[in-house]
Amino acid sequence: MLVQLASMRDAYAEVLLELGEEDPRVVVLGADTSVSIKTSLFGDRYPERFFNVGIAEANMMGIAAGLALAGKIPFVTTYAAFVPGKCLDQIRNAIAYPNLNVKIVSSHGGLTVGPDGASHQTIEDVAAMRAIPRMHIIVPADAPSTKSLVAQACRTLGPFYIRLSRPSVPTIYSASKDVEVGKAKILKEGSDIGIIACGIMVNEAMEAAEALSKMGVSAEIVDSHTVKPLDSETIIRVAKKTGALVTAEEQNIIGGLGGAVVETVTDSYPVPVSRIGVRDTFGESGEHKELMIKYGLTSKEITRAAKHLVDSR
Amino acid sequence: MEEQSIPIGMLLQKAAKIRAHILEMVAEAKSGHPGGSLSAVEILVSLFFYKMRHDPKRPDWPDRDRFVLSKGHAAPVLFSTLAEAGYLPTSELKTLRKINSRLQGHPDHRVPGVEFPGGSLGIGLSAAIGMALAGKVDKKDYRVYALLGDGELDEGETWEAAMAAPKFKLDNLTAIVDRNGIQQDGLTEQIMPMEPVGYKWKAFNWHVLEVDGFDFRQVIDALEKAENMRNRPTVIIAHTVKGKGVSFMEWDPAYHGKAPDKDTVRKLVKTMLEE
Repeated sequence: MLVQLASMRDAYAEVLLELGEEDPRVVVLGADTSVSIKTSLFGDRYPERFFNVGIAEANMMGIAAGLALAGKIPFVTTYAAFVPGKCLDQIRNAIAYPNLNVKIVSSHGGLTVGPDGASHQTIEDVAAMRAIPRMHIIVPADAPSTKSLVAQACRTLGPFYIRLSRPSVPTIYSASKDVEVGKAKILKEGSDIGIIACGIMVNEAMEAAEALSKMGVSAEIVDSHTVKPLDSETIIRVAKKTGALVTAEEQNIIGGLGGAVVETVTDSYPVPVSRIGVRDTFGESGEHKELMIKYGLTSKEITRAAKHLVDSR
Repeated sequence: MEEQSIPIGMLLQKAAKIRAHILEMVAEAKSGHPGGSLSAVEILVSLFFYKMRHDPKRPDWPDRDRFVLSKGHAAPVLFSTLAEAGYLPTSELKTLRKINSRLQGHPDHRVPGVEFPGGSLGIGLSAAIGMALAGKVDKKDYRVYALLGDGELDEGETWEAAMAAPKFKLDNLTAIVDRNGIQQDGLTEQIMPMEPVGYKWKAFNWHVLEVDGFDFRQVIDALEKAENMRNRPTVIIAHTVKGKGVSFMEWDPAYHGKAPDKDTVRKLVKTMLEE
Protein backbone atom coordinates (compact mmCIF):
# COMPACT_ATOMS: atom_id res chain seq x y z
CA MET A 1 0.00 0.00 0.00
CA LEU A 2 1.32 3.42 -0.91
CA VAL A 3 1.52 5.58 2.20
CA GLN A 4 1.06 9.27 1.57
CA LEU A 5 3.02 11.53 3.93
CA ALA A 6 2.06 15.12 4.62
CA SER A 7 3.16 17.81 7.04
CA MET A 8 0.84 19.25 9.64
CA ARG A 9 2.51 22.64 9.57
CA ASP A 10 2.09 22.86 5.79
CA ALA A 11 -1.57 22.07 6.33
CA TYR A 12 -1.76 24.70 9.07
CA ALA A 13 -0.12 27.35 6.91
CA GLU A 14 -2.54 26.53 4.09
CA VAL A 15 -5.66 26.70 6.21
CA LEU A 16 -4.50 29.98 7.76
CA LEU A 17 -4.43 31.53 4.30
CA GLU A 18 -7.96 30.28 3.67
CA LEU A 19 -9.19 31.57 7.03
CA GLY A 20 -7.49 34.91 6.43
CA GLU A 21 -9.37 35.21 3.16
CA GLU A 22 -12.66 34.13 4.71
CA ASP A 23 -12.57 36.23 7.86
CA PRO A 24 -10.87 39.63 8.12
CA ARG A 25 -10.80 39.26 11.91
CA VAL A 26 -8.10 36.58 11.63
CA VAL A 27 -4.67 37.88 12.64
CA VAL A 28 -1.48 35.87 13.14
CA LEU A 29 1.30 36.37 15.67
CA GLY A 30 4.75 34.87 15.50
CA ALA A 31 7.82 34.82 17.72
CA ASP A 32 10.77 34.48 15.36
CA THR A 33 9.75 30.98 14.27
CA SER A 34 7.36 32.01 11.50
CA VAL A 35 9.53 30.94 8.59
CA SER A 36 10.09 27.50 10.08
CA ILE A 37 6.41 27.00 10.86
CA LYS A 38 5.44 28.71 7.59
CA THR A 39 3.03 31.18 9.13
CA SER A 40 5.20 33.73 7.33
CA LEU A 41 3.13 32.81 4.26
CA PHE A 42 0.18 34.48 5.98
CA GLY A 43 2.43 37.46 6.70
CA ASP A 44 3.40 37.67 3.03
CA ARG A 45 -0.23 37.71 1.94
CA TYR A 46 -1.68 39.81 4.78
CA PRO A 47 1.19 41.92 6.14
CA GLU A 48 -1.17 44.27 7.99
CA ARG A 49 -2.58 41.30 9.93
CA PHE A 50 0.69 39.59 10.81
CA PHE A 51 2.75 40.55 13.85
CA ASN A 52 6.19 39.18 14.58
CA VAL A 53 6.95 40.08 18.17
CA GLY A 54 10.45 38.63 18.30
CA ILE A 55 11.56 36.04 20.81
CA ALA A 56 9.08 37.13 23.45
CA GLU A 57 6.35 34.56 24.00
CA ALA A 58 4.83 36.09 27.13
CA ASN A 59 4.36 39.40 25.36
CA MET A 60 2.93 37.58 22.35
CA MET A 61 0.20 36.01 24.49
CA GLY A 62 -0.63 39.31 26.14
CA ILE A 63 -0.86 41.04 22.76
CA ALA A 64 -3.08 38.24 21.49
CA ALA A 65 -5.38 38.81 24.46
CA GLY A 66 -5.63 42.51 23.63
CA LEU A 67 -6.32 41.78 19.97
CA ALA A 68 -9.08 39.35 20.94
CA LEU A 69 -10.57 41.90 23.33
CA ALA A 70 -10.75 44.29 20.38
CA GLY A 71 -12.63 41.74 18.28
CA LYS A 72 -9.84 39.94 16.40
CA ILE A 73 -9.28 36.19 16.14
CA PRO A 74 -5.57 35.85 16.88
CA PHE A 75 -3.66 32.73 15.91
CA VAL A 76 -0.55 32.55 18.06
CA THR A 77 2.09 30.19 16.82
CA THR A 78 5.53 29.10 17.83
CA TYR A 79 7.25 25.90 18.96
CA ALA A 80 5.53 23.83 21.62
CA ALA A 81 8.75 23.99 23.65
CA PHE A 82 7.98 27.65 24.42
CA VAL A 83 4.21 27.74 24.25
CA PRO A 84 2.76 27.10 26.76
CA GLY A 85 6.02 26.69 28.71
CA LYS A 86 7.19 30.30 28.67
CA CYS A 87 3.77 31.88 28.92
CA LEU A 88 1.47 29.69 31.00
CA ASP A 89 0.63 32.64 33.25
CA GLN A 90 -0.41 34.80 30.31
CA ILE A 91 -2.45 31.95 28.83
CA ARG A 92 -4.18 31.38 32.16
CA ASN A 93 -4.81 34.94 33.30
CA ALA A 94 -5.05 36.93 30.10
CA ILE A 95 -6.69 34.38 27.78
CA ALA A 96 -8.48 31.52 29.54
CA TYR A 97 -9.81 33.43 32.55
CA PRO A 98 -11.56 36.05 30.40
CA ASN A 99 -12.48 33.28 27.91
CA LEU A 100 -10.92 35.06 24.97
CA ASN A 101 -11.07 33.95 21.38
CA VAL A 102 -7.37 33.18 21.03
CA LYS A 103 -6.14 30.16 19.06
CA ILE A 104 -2.77 28.94 20.28
CA VAL A 105 -1.21 26.61 17.75
CA SER A 106 2.11 25.12 18.71
CA SER A 107 4.27 23.20 16.33
CA HIS A 108 7.10 20.72 16.93
CA GLY A 109 5.33 19.14 19.91
CA GLY A 110 6.46 15.93 21.59
CA LEU A 111 9.73 14.04 21.22
CA THR A 112 9.72 13.87 17.44
CA VAL A 113 11.21 17.34 17.06
CA GLY A 114 14.26 15.07 17.21
CA PRO A 115 17.91 16.12 17.24
CA ASP A 116 17.29 19.42 19.07
CA GLY A 117 17.12 17.36 22.24
CA ALA A 118 15.22 17.46 25.51
CA SER A 119 15.16 21.26 25.93
CA HIS A 120 13.07 21.44 22.76
CA GLN A 121 10.97 18.32 23.26
CA THR A 122 7.62 19.06 24.83
CA ILE A 123 6.11 16.29 26.90
CA GLU A 124 4.04 18.27 29.40
CA ASP A 125 2.14 20.86 27.36
CA VAL A 126 -1.11 18.93 27.04
CA ALA A 127 -1.18 18.17 30.77
CA ALA A 128 -0.46 21.79 31.67
CA MET A 129 -3.14 23.10 29.35
CA ARG A 130 -5.67 20.50 30.48
CA ALA A 131 -5.56 21.88 33.99
CA ILE A 132 -6.65 25.32 32.82
CA PRO A 133 -10.43 25.85 32.87
CA ARG A 134 -12.13 26.85 29.57
CA MET A 135 -9.22 25.65 27.42
CA HIS A 136 -9.98 23.47 24.40
CA ILE A 137 -7.16 21.10 23.44
CA ILE A 138 -6.77 19.57 20.00
CA VAL A 139 -4.02 17.16 18.94
CA PRO A 140 -4.57 16.30 15.26
CA ALA A 141 -3.41 13.04 13.72
CA ASP A 142 -2.55 14.15 10.19
CA ALA A 143 -2.51 17.00 7.70
CA PRO A 144 -6.14 16.89 6.47
CA SER A 145 -7.58 16.70 9.98
CA THR A 146 -5.26 19.54 11.04
CA LYS A 147 -6.82 21.72 8.36
CA SER A 148 -10.34 20.83 9.32
CA LEU A 149 -9.86 21.12 13.08
CA VAL A 150 -8.01 24.45 12.84
CA ALA A 151 -10.81 25.84 10.69
CA GLN A 152 -13.42 24.64 13.19
CA ALA A 153 -11.46 26.14 16.08
CA CYS A 154 -11.45 29.44 14.23
CA ARG A 155 -15.24 29.34 14.03
CA THR A 156 -15.72 28.28 17.66
CA LEU A 157 -15.66 30.98 20.30
CA GLY A 158 -13.12 30.56 23.11
CA PRO A 159 -9.50 29.66 23.76
CA PHE A 160 -7.94 26.71 21.91
CA TYR A 161 -4.62 24.95 22.19
CA ILE A 162 -3.78 23.01 19.04
CA ARG A 163 -0.66 20.90 19.16
CA LEU A 164 1.13 19.81 16.00
CA SER A 165 4.10 17.50 15.52
CA ARG A 166 7.05 18.12 13.27
CA PRO A 167 7.48 15.00 11.11
CA SER A 168 5.44 14.43 8.02
CA VAL A 169 2.87 11.80 8.91
CA PRO A 170 0.83 9.26 6.94
CA THR A 171 -2.50 10.66 5.86
CA ILE A 172 -5.37 8.98 7.69
CA TYR A 173 -8.28 11.18 6.77
CA SER A 174 -9.39 11.72 3.22
CA ALA A 175 -10.92 15.12 2.69
CA SER A 176 -14.38 13.59 2.64
CA LYS A 177 -13.97 11.72 5.95
CA ASP A 178 -14.70 14.57 8.24
CA VAL A 179 -13.59 15.25 11.79
CA GLU A 180 -15.52 17.29 14.28
CA VAL A 181 -14.12 19.20 17.26
CA GLY A 182 -15.30 17.52 20.45
CA LYS A 183 -16.25 14.23 18.76
CA ALA A 184 -13.82 11.33 18.94
CA LYS A 185 -13.61 9.54 15.61
CA ILE A 186 -13.95 5.76 15.38
CA LEU A 187 -11.44 4.91 12.67
CA LYS A 188 -11.89 1.17 12.92
CA GLU A 189 -14.53 -0.93 14.65
CA GLY A 190 -13.46 -3.73 16.94
CA SER A 191 -14.69 -5.73 19.92
CA ASP A 192 -11.77 -7.00 22.08
CA ILE A 193 -9.86 -3.84 22.97
CA GLY A 194 -10.29 -0.11 22.48
CA ILE A 195 -7.26 1.97 21.51
CA ILE A 196 -7.69 5.68 22.12
CA ALA A 197 -4.96 7.78 20.52
CA CYS A 198 -4.21 11.31 19.45
CA GLY A 199 -1.63 13.04 17.28
CA ILE A 200 1.00 11.01 15.49
CA MET A 201 0.15 8.01 17.69
CA VAL A 202 -3.11 7.51 15.81
CA ASN A 203 -1.18 6.08 12.89
CA GLU A 204 0.74 3.81 15.27
CA ALA A 205 -2.59 2.67 16.68
CA MET A 206 -3.84 1.83 13.19
CA GLU A 207 -0.71 -0.24 12.58
CA ALA A 208 -1.19 -1.93 15.94
CA ALA A 209 -4.72 -2.86 14.93
CA GLU A 210 -3.38 -4.71 11.91
CA ALA A 211 -0.83 -6.58 14.00
CA LEU A 212 -3.46 -7.44 16.61
CA SER A 213 -5.84 -8.65 13.95
CA LYS A 214 -3.19 -11.17 12.84
CA MET A 215 -3.14 -12.40 16.43
CA GLY A 216 -6.91 -12.76 16.38
CA VAL A 217 -7.54 -9.64 18.49
CA SER A 218 -10.14 -7.23 17.21
CA ALA A 219 -9.22 -3.64 18.14
CA GLU A 220 -11.42 -0.59 17.94
CA ILE A 221 -9.37 2.49 17.03
CA VAL A 222 -10.44 5.91 18.21
CA ASP A 223 -8.86 9.20 17.20
CA SER A 224 -9.45 11.36 20.25
CA HIS A 225 -8.09 14.51 18.59
CA THR A 226 -10.03 16.65 21.04
CA VAL A 227 -8.34 15.97 24.36
CA LYS A 228 -10.45 18.61 26.07
CA PRO A 229 -13.36 18.60 26.30
CA LEU A 230 -12.93 14.85 26.01
CA ASP A 231 -15.69 13.01 24.17
CA SER A 232 -16.46 10.94 27.25
CA GLU A 233 -19.62 9.54 25.70
CA THR A 234 -17.63 7.79 22.98
CA ILE A 235 -14.88 6.73 25.40
CA ILE A 236 -17.42 5.12 27.75
CA ARG A 237 -19.21 3.46 24.85
CA VAL A 238 -15.92 1.92 23.66
CA ALA A 239 -15.06 0.88 27.23
CA LYS A 240 -18.41 -0.89 27.56
CA LYS A 241 -18.05 -2.56 24.21
CA THR A 242 -14.44 -3.77 24.57
CA GLY A 243 -13.89 -3.97 28.33
CA ALA A 244 -10.32 -2.67 28.22
CA LEU A 245 -8.53 0.35 26.78
CA VAL A 246 -5.07 1.37 25.63
CA THR A 247 -4.26 5.06 25.27
CA ALA A 248 -1.45 6.38 23.09
CA GLU A 249 0.00 9.86 22.90
CA GLU A 250 3.24 11.66 22.22
CA GLN A 251 3.52 13.21 25.65
CA ASN A 252 4.09 12.27 29.26
CA ILE A 253 1.75 9.49 30.38
CA ILE A 254 0.89 11.79 33.30
CA GLY A 255 -1.95 14.22 32.76
CA GLY A 256 -2.51 14.00 29.02
CA LEU A 257 -4.96 11.96 26.97
CA GLY A 258 -4.22 8.83 29.02
CA GLY A 259 -4.93 10.72 32.21
CA ALA A 260 -8.15 12.12 30.80
CA VAL A 261 -9.36 8.69 29.67
CA VAL A 262 -8.52 7.09 33.03
CA GLU A 263 -10.36 9.86 34.88
CA THR A 264 -13.38 9.40 32.64
CA VAL A 265 -13.69 5.63 32.93
CA THR A 266 -12.92 5.73 36.65
CA ASP A 267 -15.83 8.11 37.14
CA SER A 268 -18.37 6.20 35.08
CA TYR A 269 -17.34 2.73 33.94
CA PRO A 270 -14.04 1.44 35.34
CA VAL A 271 -12.11 -0.85 33.00
CA PRO A 272 -8.40 -1.66 32.88
CA VAL A 273 -6.46 1.01 30.96
CA SER A 274 -2.89 0.80 29.76
CA ARG A 275 -1.23 4.11 28.90
CA ILE A 276 1.35 4.39 26.15
CA GLY A 277 3.42 7.58 26.13
CA VAL A 278 6.63 9.05 27.45
CA ARG A 279 7.15 7.43 30.84
CA ASP A 280 7.73 10.54 32.94
CA THR A 281 11.22 11.11 31.67
CA PHE A 282 13.02 13.70 29.53
CA GLY A 283 13.99 12.91 25.98
CA GLU A 284 17.31 13.33 24.18
CA SER A 285 18.74 14.07 20.75
CA GLY A 286 18.07 11.57 18.01
CA GLU A 287 16.13 11.02 14.81
CA HIS A 288 12.41 10.97 15.37
CA LYS A 289 11.95 7.27 14.56
CA GLU A 290 14.85 6.36 16.88
CA LEU A 291 13.27 8.39 19.66
CA MET A 292 9.88 6.81 19.16
CA ILE A 293 11.41 3.36 19.48
CA LYS A 294 13.62 4.21 22.46
CA TYR A 295 10.82 5.94 24.37
CA GLY A 296 8.12 3.40 23.59
CA LEU A 297 5.97 5.40 21.21
CA THR A 298 5.38 2.67 18.64
CA SER A 299 2.69 0.40 17.27
CA LYS A 300 4.69 -2.47 18.82
CA GLU A 301 4.25 -1.02 22.31
CA ILE A 302 0.56 -0.48 21.70
CA THR A 303 0.20 -4.02 20.36
CA ARG A 304 2.01 -5.48 23.36
CA ALA A 305 -0.09 -3.51 25.84
CA ALA A 306 -3.32 -4.44 24.09
CA LYS A 307 -2.45 -8.13 23.86
CA HIS A 308 -1.49 -8.17 27.52
CA LEU A 309 -4.84 -6.65 28.55
CA VAL A 310 -6.78 -9.08 26.38
CA ASP A 311 -4.80 -12.09 27.64
CA SER A 312 -5.16 -11.15 31.30
CA ARG A 313 -8.96 -11.01 31.09
CA MET B 1 -7.14 71.90 18.85
CA GLU B 2 -9.83 73.88 20.63
CA GLU B 3 -8.75 75.33 23.94
CA GLN B 4 -10.74 73.79 26.71
CA SER B 5 -10.51 74.87 30.31
CA ILE B 6 -9.91 72.03 32.72
CA PRO B 7 -12.73 71.73 35.29
CA ILE B 8 -10.33 71.42 38.23
CA GLY B 9 -13.05 71.82 40.86
CA MET B 10 -15.06 68.89 39.54
CA LEU B 11 -11.94 66.74 39.23
CA LEU B 12 -10.92 67.52 42.81
CA GLN B 13 -14.38 66.58 44.03
CA LYS B 14 -14.31 63.30 42.15
CA ALA B 15 -10.86 62.53 43.55
CA ALA B 16 -12.05 63.14 47.11
CA LYS B 17 -15.09 60.93 46.63
CA ILE B 18 -13.01 58.16 45.06
CA ARG B 19 -10.45 58.29 47.89
CA ALA B 20 -13.33 57.93 50.36
CA HIS B 21 -14.75 54.98 48.41
CA ILE B 22 -11.36 53.26 48.34
CA LEU B 23 -10.90 53.53 52.10
CA GLU B 24 -14.46 52.46 52.85
CA MET B 25 -14.49 49.47 50.53
CA VAL B 26 -11.11 48.20 51.68
CA ALA B 27 -12.09 48.61 55.35
CA GLU B 28 -15.36 46.78 54.69
CA ALA B 29 -13.51 43.97 52.90
CA LYS B 30 -10.87 43.90 55.68
CA SER B 31 -8.30 43.33 52.95
CA GLY B 32 -7.13 44.78 49.66
CA HIS B 33 -4.57 47.24 48.40
CA PRO B 34 -5.26 50.80 49.52
CA GLY B 35 -1.74 52.23 49.07
CA GLY B 36 -1.40 51.76 45.33
CA SER B 37 -5.04 52.67 44.81
CA LEU B 38 -4.71 56.02 46.57
CA SER B 39 -1.59 56.91 44.58
CA ALA B 40 -3.40 56.50 41.25
CA VAL B 41 -6.60 58.47 41.98
CA GLU B 42 -5.75 61.66 40.07
CA ILE B 43 -4.52 59.61 37.09
CA LEU B 44 -7.81 57.71 36.78
CA VAL B 45 -9.87 60.84 37.44
CA SER B 46 -7.99 62.69 34.68
CA LEU B 47 -8.71 59.85 32.28
CA PHE B 48 -12.31 58.96 33.10
CA PHE B 49 -13.62 62.46 33.85
CA TYR B 50 -11.69 64.47 31.33
CA LYS B 51 -9.56 62.79 28.72
CA MET B 52 -11.13 59.52 27.69
CA ARG B 53 -13.91 59.09 25.13
CA HIS B 54 -16.22 56.61 26.81
CA ASP B 55 -19.87 56.04 27.61
CA PRO B 56 -20.97 54.18 30.77
CA LYS B 57 -24.21 53.28 28.98
CA ARG B 58 -22.29 51.55 26.20
CA PRO B 59 -19.30 49.79 27.75
CA ASP B 60 -18.91 47.77 24.51
CA TRP B 61 -18.90 50.81 22.22
CA PRO B 62 -16.28 49.81 19.61
CA ASP B 63 -14.90 53.35 19.30
CA ARG B 64 -14.37 53.91 23.01
CA ASP B 65 -10.97 54.68 24.46
CA ARG B 66 -9.68 51.80 26.54
CA PHE B 67 -8.12 51.82 29.99
CA VAL B 68 -6.11 48.79 31.10
CA LEU B 69 -5.28 48.53 34.78
CA SER B 70 -2.17 46.42 34.58
CA LYS B 71 -1.45 46.90 38.28
CA GLY B 72 -4.64 45.00 39.00
CA HIS B 73 -4.18 45.04 42.77
CA ALA B 74 -5.32 48.66 42.57
CA ALA B 75 -8.80 47.32 41.78
CA PRO B 76 -10.41 49.57 44.44
CA VAL B 77 -9.45 52.74 42.55
CA LEU B 78 -10.76 51.29 39.29
CA PHE B 79 -14.07 50.08 40.73
CA SER B 80 -14.60 53.37 42.60
CA THR B 81 -13.85 55.38 39.48
CA LEU B 82 -16.16 53.22 37.36
CA ALA B 83 -18.89 53.60 39.98
CA GLU B 84 -18.48 57.39 40.10
CA ALA B 85 -18.59 57.41 36.29
CA GLY B 86 -21.85 55.47 36.28
CA TYR B 87 -20.77 51.97 35.21
CA LEU B 88 -22.02 50.41 38.43
CA PRO B 89 -23.91 51.60 41.49
CA THR B 90 -21.71 53.05 44.24
CA SER B 91 -23.71 50.94 46.71
CA GLU B 92 -22.11 47.85 45.14
CA LEU B 93 -18.61 48.95 46.15
CA LYS B 94 -19.02 47.49 49.63
CA THR B 95 -19.24 44.00 48.09
CA LEU B 96 -15.55 44.13 47.12
CA ARG B 97 -13.79 40.80 47.68
CA LYS B 98 -16.93 39.15 49.04
CA ILE B 99 -18.40 35.87 47.87
CA ASN B 100 -20.80 36.14 44.88
CA SER B 101 -19.71 39.70 44.14
CA ARG B 102 -18.67 40.97 40.72
CA LEU B 103 -16.03 43.01 42.44
CA GLN B 104 -13.19 40.54 42.68
CA GLY B 105 -9.96 41.22 44.55
CA HIS B 106 -8.42 41.93 41.17
CA PRO B 107 -10.50 43.29 38.30
CA ASP B 108 -12.17 40.97 35.84
CA HIS B 109 -14.39 41.36 32.84
CA ARG B 110 -17.65 40.77 34.72
CA VAL B 111 -17.64 44.43 35.65
CA PRO B 112 -18.72 46.79 32.87
CA GLY B 113 -15.88 49.16 32.06
CA VAL B 114 -13.16 46.71 33.04
CA GLU B 115 -11.21 46.10 29.84
CA PHE B 116 -8.72 43.54 31.04
CA PRO B 117 -8.24 41.23 34.04
CA GLY B 118 -5.00 42.70 35.35
CA GLY B 119 -3.53 41.21 38.47
CA SER B 120 -0.77 38.90 37.45
CA LEU B 121 1.74 41.66 36.93
CA GLY B 122 3.43 42.42 33.64
CA ILE B 123 0.68 41.45 31.21
CA GLY B 124 -1.35 44.64 30.93
CA LEU B 125 0.97 46.57 28.64
CA SER B 126 1.06 43.62 26.23
CA ALA B 127 -2.73 43.48 26.19
CA ALA B 128 -2.91 47.24 25.64
CA ILE B 129 -0.57 46.78 22.66
CA GLY B 130 -2.97 44.19 21.25
CA MET B 131 -5.90 46.61 21.57
CA ALA B 132 -3.86 49.41 20.00
CA LEU B 133 -2.76 47.14 17.11
CA ALA B 134 -6.39 46.19 16.47
CA GLY B 135 -7.24 49.91 16.36
CA LYS B 136 -4.56 50.45 13.74
CA VAL B 137 -5.70 47.45 11.66
CA ASP B 138 -9.30 48.70 11.78
CA LYS B 139 -8.26 52.33 11.16
CA LYS B 140 -10.10 53.43 14.27
CA ASP B 141 -9.07 56.49 16.22
CA TYR B 142 -9.61 55.20 19.75
CA ARG B 143 -6.77 55.48 22.24
CA VAL B 144 -5.49 52.89 24.69
CA TYR B 145 -4.19 53.70 28.14
CA ALA B 146 -2.35 51.28 30.42
CA LEU B 147 -1.55 52.00 34.04
CA LEU B 148 1.52 50.16 35.32
CA GLY B 149 2.92 49.94 38.81
CA ASP B 150 6.55 50.84 39.33
CA GLY B 151 7.16 47.56 41.16
CA GLU B 152 5.54 45.90 38.17
CA LEU B 153 8.40 47.14 36.01
CA ASP B 154 10.48 44.33 37.55
CA GLU B 155 8.53 41.91 35.33
CA GLY B 156 10.40 40.95 32.16
CA GLU B 157 7.26 40.97 30.06
CA THR B 158 6.93 44.72 30.62
CA TRP B 159 10.17 45.20 28.72
CA GLU B 160 9.21 42.73 26.00
CA ALA B 161 6.15 44.92 25.53
CA ALA B 162 8.25 48.08 25.80
CA MET B 163 10.32 46.83 22.84
CA ALA B 164 7.27 45.93 20.78
CA ALA B 165 5.13 49.07 21.01
CA PRO B 166 7.64 51.38 19.26
CA LYS B 167 8.24 48.71 16.60
CA PHE B 168 4.56 48.88 15.70
CA LYS B 169 4.57 52.72 15.91
CA LEU B 170 1.67 52.70 18.37
CA ASP B 171 1.03 56.41 18.81
CA ASN B 172 -2.48 55.46 19.97
CA LEU B 173 -1.01 53.90 23.10
CA THR B 174 -0.12 55.73 26.31
CA ALA B 175 1.45 53.90 29.22
CA ILE B 176 1.40 55.55 32.62
CA VAL B 177 3.73 54.42 35.39
CA ASP B 178 2.44 55.06 38.90
CA ARG B 179 5.84 55.92 40.33
CA ASN B 180 4.99 55.70 44.02
CA GLY B 181 8.36 54.23 44.94
CA ILE B 182 7.07 51.34 47.02
CA GLN B 183 6.45 47.68 46.28
CA GLN B 184 5.25 44.92 48.55
CA ASP B 185 8.55 44.18 50.28
CA GLY B 186 9.72 47.77 50.61
CA LEU B 187 11.15 50.67 48.60
CA THR B 188 11.48 49.92 44.90
CA GLU B 189 15.00 51.29 44.84
CA GLN B 190 16.00 48.77 47.48
CA ILE B 191 14.09 45.75 46.21
CA MET B 192 15.00 46.19 42.54
CA PRO B 193 16.46 49.53 41.54
CA MET B 194 14.61 50.96 38.54
CA GLU B 195 16.27 54.37 38.18
CA PRO B 196 16.87 56.00 35.84
CA VAL B 197 13.42 54.82 34.86
CA GLY B 198 12.70 57.53 32.28
CA TYR B 199 15.96 56.81 30.50
CA LYS B 200 15.09 53.14 30.30
CA TRP B 201 11.89 53.90 28.39
CA LYS B 202 13.72 56.47 26.27
CA ALA B 203 16.28 53.81 25.36
CA PHE B 204 13.38 51.62 24.24
CA ASN B 205 12.31 54.44 21.86
CA TRP B 206 9.31 55.71 23.78
CA HIS B 207 8.24 59.33 24.01
CA VAL B 208 8.80 59.93 27.73
CA LEU B 209 7.09 62.51 29.92
CA GLU B 210 7.43 62.98 33.67
CA VAL B 211 4.75 64.62 35.78
CA ASP B 212 3.55 65.15 39.31
CA GLY B 213 0.86 62.49 39.36
CA PHE B 214 -1.35 64.53 41.71
CA ASP B 215 -1.36 67.69 39.59
CA PHE B 216 -4.35 67.51 37.24
CA ARG B 217 -2.93 70.17 34.91
CA GLN B 218 0.36 68.31 34.52
CA VAL B 219 -1.28 64.92 34.05
CA ILE B 220 -3.78 66.21 31.51
CA ASP B 221 -1.14 68.22 29.68
CA ALA B 222 0.96 65.06 29.34
CA LEU B 223 -2.04 63.06 28.12
CA GLU B 224 -2.63 65.72 25.44
CA LYS B 225 1.02 65.69 24.41
CA ALA B 226 0.84 61.93 24.11
CA GLU B 227 -2.17 62.25 21.84
CA ASN B 228 -0.35 64.68 19.60
CA MET B 229 2.76 62.55 19.24
CA ARG B 230 2.94 60.71 15.91
CA ASN B 231 4.42 57.25 15.26
CA ARG B 232 5.62 56.66 18.80
CA PRO B 233 3.99 55.46 21.99
CA THR B 234 4.21 57.69 25.03
CA VAL B 235 4.97 56.74 28.60
CA ILE B 236 4.10 59.13 31.38
CA ILE B 237 6.11 58.61 34.54
CA ALA B 238 3.69 59.92 37.14
CA HIS B 239 5.49 60.70 40.40
CA THR B 240 3.11 59.85 43.20
CA VAL B 241 3.01 58.85 46.84
CA LYS B 242 1.73 55.49 47.97
CA GLY B 243 -1.21 55.92 50.35
CA LYS B 244 -1.71 59.55 49.23
CA GLY B 245 -4.26 61.44 51.30
CA VAL B 246 -3.90 59.43 54.49
CA SER B 247 -0.99 60.74 56.53
CA PHE B 248 -0.16 57.51 58.34
CA MET B 249 -0.33 55.45 55.16
CA GLU B 250 1.88 57.66 53.03
CA TRP B 251 5.29 56.15 52.34
CA ASP B 252 4.53 53.11 54.51
CA PRO B 253 5.06 49.85 52.60
CA ALA B 254 2.82 48.10 55.16
CA TYR B 255 -0.19 49.70 53.46
CA HIS B 256 0.55 48.08 50.11
CA GLY B 257 -1.86 45.32 50.99
CA LYS B 258 -3.35 46.11 54.39
CA ALA B 259 -6.76 47.54 55.20
CA PRO B 260 -7.26 50.24 57.85
CA ASP B 261 -10.07 49.57 60.35
CA LYS B 262 -13.57 50.94 59.93
CA ASP B 263 -13.49 53.49 62.76
CA THR B 264 -10.32 55.07 61.48
CA VAL B 265 -11.77 55.17 57.97
CA ARG B 266 -14.98 56.84 59.18
CA LYS B 267 -12.98 59.71 60.68
CA LEU B 268 -10.70 59.97 57.66
CA VAL B 269 -13.57 60.08 55.20
CA LYS B 270 -15.37 62.76 57.18
CA THR B 271 -12.34 65.03 57.07
CA MET B 272 -11.66 64.24 53.42
CA LEU B 273 -15.12 65.09 52.18
CA GLU B 274 -15.31 68.25 54.32
CA GLU B 275 -12.15 69.53 52.68
